[in-house]
Amino acid sequence: MSDPIRNITDFQLDVLREISNIGAGNAATALSKLLNNPVDMKVSRVLPLHFNDIIEYVGGAENIVATVFLRIQGDIAGSMFFVINTEVAKRLIEDMLGTLEADDFSEMGFSVLQEIGNILSGSYLTALSDFTGLDLQPSVPSLAIDMAGALLGDGLMEIGRSGDYAILIDAEISIRKLVQQIIVQNGGGHFFLLPDPDSFEKLFTALGVQNHGSS
Amino acid sequence: MEVVKVWMADSNVAKHPNSIRTTGLGSCVGVTLYDPTSKVAGMAHVMLPTSTLAKNDDFKNAKYADTALPELLDMVIKAGGNRSRLVAKMAGGAQMFNFNGSSETMRIGPRNVEACKEALKKLGIRLVSEDTGGNIGRTVELFTDTGVFLIRTATKQTKEI
Repeated sequence: MSDPIRNITDFQLDVLREISNIGAGNAATALSKLLNNPVDMKVSRVLPLHFNDIIEYVGGAENIVATVFLRIQGDIAGSMFFVINTEVAKRLIEDMLGTLEADDFSEMGFSVLQEIGNILSGSYLTALSDFTGLDLQPSVPSLAIDMAGALLGDGLMEIGRSGDYAILIDAEISIRKLVQQIIVQNGGGHFFLLPDPDSFEKLFTALGVQNHGSS
Repeated sequence: MEVVKVWMADSNVAKHPNSIRTTGLGSCVGVTLYDPTSKVAGMAHVMLPTSTLAKNDDFKNAKYADTALPELLDMVIKAGGNRSRLVAKMAGGAQMFNFNGSSETMRIGPRNVEACKEALKKLGIRLVSEDTGGNIGRTVELFTDTGVFLIRTATKQTKEI
């Protein structure tokens, strides 16, 4: 079988970018409603990256981030992350609860963040499923706040069985209020979608952009 | 003194006075072999328990516990380590995310730890200390001068084993 990651075409990368925009767009709308505040979205990036570069991409293995992780099963399989820096996470909680949040996160704050992660990943995947017609069954999302390397490593396990590269589908959203307050440079959060290597064929077939027998 | 870096699914050796380090271990395991006399140390950043999980034959030995440790042993011996003096230490193997009804993939941390122990046993190398399990990320560094294995977590707590 040909390596689905190395043989991906530019057109297919464009298609992945588009489905990421659709998923993140839906999630941004949901977050905007939740916060009653505008949420902006950047054009997604689709990057075939070595595992080491994926970890560097999120600020290095020791960068502390809040991450909601879920596994997708169903017609295609993959890992999905919603990653935000801890300062943004804190502000989000404060916004929702109307109280000051501790630096090491309260139990209440943690569940608020977990809930936001559930809503956002759910919105993203619903849009993805509607657009592709694929049946996607996400696991219950789980939140952890720790080193990025430790958290993202878990999502690379399954992909690691096939090789050392993954296609990182990155959608960045930002909460306008936080950007204006210069709390964060240019971000609120990132959605990372990492399909398992053997899912690309099914995904591209569903989208009508499969490789026609080319190697 | 230099710090030799070990990436995910990678292994390396360090000689005195250098140290060897890997960052952001979650369910992965950082396993080290150390010869206190020649002060040679090797470390592997193991990602998965067994190479039977590999979907093709072209993989890095350091990725799987069963292939990582024999290779690491060779590397350490080549660098001047003496097999009979080697001692092992390891850290990692956490479960970073809490999933209900954890499937096998989610339990990979504890499985990695078990597989490393089994591989060490097969090679006849004594495991002298470990800091494994839990739900925390770890950065680990082995100092060739003393053989001290330093573990640092996200909360900046440190521990020597």
